[in-house]
Amino acid sequence: MDVLNGLVALANFVLVPAIAYGSQLALGALGVTLVYGILRFSNFAHGDSMAFGTLVAILFTYLFQSMGISLGPLPTALLAIPFGIAGAAILILGTDRLVYRFYRAQRVKPVILVIVSIGVMFVYEGLIRFIIGTGEQRFSDGERFIISAREFKQMTGLREGLALKTTQGLTVVTAIVVVALLFWFLNRTRTGKSMRAFSDNEDLALLSGINPERVVTVTWLIVAALATVAGVLYGLDKSFKPFVYFQLLLPIFAAAIVGGLGNPLGAIAGGFVVAFSEVGITYAWKKVAVYLLPEPLEPSGLVQLLSTDYKFAVSFVILLIVLLFRPTGLFKGKAV
Amino acid sequence: MKKLLLASAASLAAGSAFAGGHAEEIKLGVILGFTGPIESLTPSMADGAELAMKEVTDSGLLLGGAKVVPVRGDSTCIDAAAATAVAERQITSDGVKGIVGADCSGVTGAILSNVAVPNGMVMISPSATSPALSSDADEGLFFRTAPSDARQGVVMAEVLLEQGISSVAVTYTNNDYGKGLADSFAAAYESMGGTITINTAHEDGKADYSAEVGALASAGGDRLVVAGYVDQGGAGIIRASLDSGAFDTFHFPDGMIGQALQDNFGDEIEGSSGQHPGTDSDGAAKFVEMVGGAFDASSPFTPESYDAAALILLAMAAAGSSDPADYKSKVEMVAHRVSQSFRVNWPKPFKSWRMAATSITSAQQRSSW
Repeated sequence: MDVLNGLVALANFVLVPAIAYGSQLALGALGVTLVYGILRFSNFAHGDSMAFGTLVAILFTYLFQSMGISLGPLPTALLAIPFGIAGAAILILGTDRLVYRFYRAQRVKPVILVIVSIGVMFVYEGLIRFIIGTGEQRFSDGERFIISAREFKQMTGLREGLALKTTQGLTVVTAIVVVALLFWFLNRTRTGKSMRAFSDNEDLALLSGINPERVVTVTWLIVAALATVAGVLYGLDKSFKPFVYFQLLLPIFAAAIVGGLGNPLGAIAGGFVVAFSEVGITYAWKKVAVYLLPEPLEPSGLVQLLSTDYKFAVSFVILLIVLLFRPTGLFKGKAV
Repeated sequence: MKKLLLASAASLAAGSAFAGGHAEEIKLGVILGFTGPIESLTPSMADGAELAMKEVTDSGLLLGGAKVVPVRGDSTCIDAAAATAVAERQITSDGVKGIVGADCSGVTGAILSNVAVPNGMVMISPSATSPALSSDADEGLFFRTAPSDARQGVVMAEVLLEQGISSVAVTYTNNDYGKGLADSFAAAYESMGGTITINTAHEDGKADYSAEVGALASAGGDRLVVAGYVDQGGAGIIRASLDSGAFDTFHFPDGMIGQALQDNFGDEIEGSSGQHPGTDSDGAAKFVEMVGGAFDASSPFTPESYDAAALILLAMAAAGSSDPADYKSKVEMVAHRVSQSFRVNWPKPFKSWRMAATSITSAQQRSSW
């Protein structure tokens, strides 16, 4: 019984939140890694692209809610995701036409594009705050729980509860679907193959007749879709606040670099590594340890490696360790 | 508190010698966070302080008919450098004779030690509640009309033990207010025999508090004390605790008590408790009546702001001088006299807990808190 209680507590406070958070980071990191692999720069505006896509989806969610359209137990925001993707795609493609294309034509060094993307980031931030303000938006509706802690306790008779939120379940399912679609696209379709060719060797790809502008456009479209889906899932699961999305940039970049920049599989693995480290290192293991360890070994302290204040520091440390010892990341991406 | 009527101003002024002779213009600084985290509260606080000044000016009884002029300054609530610059300017270039302010505990401490003490300026804060301010070296220049959180910490410990709750987890918002309140509560609760399983900070403005709640849940406790803000991280902590089943009942100090608590959680937090310093004295009703509809008289710390300005002016009248060096020693005496003529206590509607303190006596007993 104690072992079961311990495992349930572990699942409730570590596994479930970390898997949901990891899926959200993985989707964000995929966007970053695609831009790095194909357009060859670190896109600092990615966090705010996520925020913009989410913002459009939120506005449509509010519209649907006021019209009385709903998905029953599922959040209405799922219906609004396509509109969010369209909004983000318009913004990002517009930015590409106005800004990035100019620098691409001059074949500037990647570091210039990084600086340009920081400028774009500031413009997006202003735009987002102009439209929706700086405050918090809660737009999730429908059934809150697949199973709530109280129901779980009644069902199983255990002392510990296991809560599974609808948004957490949705996040994982959606992430799996999106990733499967992305890999199918990259590996099986003509456009996907031309994107990979462009990423591997730009000059050879151009010589074999691949249209670079088309590759760039498709890449941005995919990035807009990934960013919006990641942003909406994060916002549904937690809440939407422009500043928080900007802060997400750090764990997302950590995830992409840990996995190996430019490598989509690595981005997914990196997302989960960062999420599990953040949650695992700042969790106080006392409760689980008391259940699982024999009595003489039970800890009296909290068994917490780092206070939760330092959650963001964990991403930094992982980033440093990977850059020092394995700069290409776990999955052999490009060196930064 | 919140009822320094003109009658008392008049009697005190009449009771002291008129040293002033001819009318002068007295400037009072009003340093509040007109921008920043509490910008929604400060307009009515400033209006409250300026109402007291206007009444005194209209009465013509202060120092032979002196005219009292407010000088507003922005404390920003959080930027100590900006706040001290404003205070410096008010003293050296505007020539204020006293300061109503500042508002947030951090900037209040900064102005006090960097500007007010070196310049010998009297400050009365309507809303800085950090216990740490009581131990600052103030040379008798600093007073406040809101009770220190040291008092609230003790009351909170009593309330919890009265309900038979002897083990709690504590989380506080990571600033002077949260830390001061959590520390004073922890000290009081443990000395009364309670157990604190964990005492940890949370940052406001995050989207997700599941990691924080995980640590709190692991430490355990019969109830979770949330010393935060109801429209900030405090609500996030409660939401994450309820979702993960970590805690069902909570205890809320003043920063958590507001309509938003009811709106967000309703009966999900059934069985929780809380307390909030306040008053139901006649003075509070009188103040609302005096203000009429001119501004929101029941907004937090607005009556305290009126009191702060009135205290400075009454002390000037008692001393017969507008020089801080002369009137600073009269502030406590005036506060004491006024509080005797208006018996005040602090029962608070949230439940029926009593806070046996008054804003006026808090100025008086400042050093013992």
